Amino acid sequence: MSRVGGRSSTDPKKVSGELFSLTYGSLVAQILKDYENVDDVNKQLEKMGYNIGVRLIEDFLARTNSGKCQDFREVSEKVQSAFKMFLNISPTVTSWSATSDEFSLIFDTNPLAEFVELPDHCYNLRYANILAGALRGALEMVHIEIACWFIQDTLKGDNFTELRVKFIRKIEDTIPPGDD
Amino acid sequence: MATRIYNVFIVSKSGGLIYDYDHTSSSGTVHNLEVEKTFGYPLDIRLISENRKMIVEFGARDGIATGHVLISMNGISIEGMSEEQIKEFIQKEENFPLNLKFGRPRLSTNEKIVLASMFYPFFALAVQLSPELGSSGIKELETDTFKLYCNQTLTGVKFIIVAESKISGSSGIESLLDKIYELYADYALKNPFYSLEMPIRADLFDTNLALAIDQIERTGFI
Repeated sequence: MSRVGGRSSTDPKKVSGELFSLTYGSLVAQILKDYENVDDVNKQLEKMGYNIGVRLIEDFLARTNSGKCQDFREVSEKVQSAFKMFLNISPTVTSWSATSDEFSLIFDTNPLAEFVELPDHCYNLRYANILAGALRGALEMVHIEIACWFIQDTLKGDNFTELRVKFIRKIEDTIPPGDD
Repeated sequence: MATRIYNVFIVSKSGGLIYDYDHTSSSGTVHNLEVEKTFGYPLDIRLISENRKMIVEFGARDGIATGHVLISMNGISIEGMSEEQIKEFIQKEENFPLNLKFGRPRLSTNEKIVLASMFYPFFALAVQLSPELGSSGIKELETDTFKLYCNQTLTGVKFIIVAESKISGSSGIESLLDKIYELYADYALKNPFYSLEMPIRADLFDTNLALAIDQIERTGFI
């Protein structure tokens, strides 16, 4: 009853997406300057994303009354709604593997890279790698270990951005009592 | 309608107490009664010392009950005095009549940490004992004098509220638990200087929590 449309009605935390993507852009540019090596930058972005994810999951759970996911398809729906909630984009879930443990998220545009053109020496840069990290961190907190990587990117001339998500295992040892 | 909240605790997923809030002291409720009385010689209540506190062992009278601890003598706090000093003082006839102040013992931070870590296996035990699969663990625990509400999130953090037990119908405790979770997600986790699993020391969190509790106490909903 306290929540209106996912966010509580007193919550003024809506910011311009442009401000967000510009801030992210300066972050990436700075890391690139600091590390000079594109592979290191990819790693750093993933790590930062991970640290964001492990915190952001609580925000997601506190604001949506989500229960525990019983299968990976349910996970994919939750992930989709999280993207809607935090970035206001709705990626399409497709390309399920036969065993239902892998899916792809298709973004028509790369939400973080609206104004970005990759220079030649950064061809290997996974610009939005922070998203992959955030997804991994968030799911790890709810005891699902995944691997997550970009296989297509509009910045590299593809038609859309595709993020592949693969289920690895359920993390058993830290499951809080009362959930299984 | 109005509900009285006594305490709020947050226990991390590894069972450590990361936050505690005592609402009784800030709202000045009658919960922590202190009684001062003048005694003649010899003292008609029996005191024993336990954990460096003088505790009433026997001889309840005038609002002083067994289990209360000695707080001050003749208006002087006994903090810093040794047991021997206190015992010696109350045994000498020339010190009487003597003003003694007793009160309900307060939990020290250490004791709170111990209690929080005791709740953890207790919660797990409840799950194991469940005759059916998929028990949620303890959600409510009721006594004569208070009711404990617990909400465990999917990530394993437990939010615990200790409140008045005589609550009729919807008291809004559920929504308060949800609200505290939101506040935790906002003011603890989004603070870049907060590291996970560590005690929460954030003024913003304190103020917003106090606001939420006041509102629930006044109106019964958030």
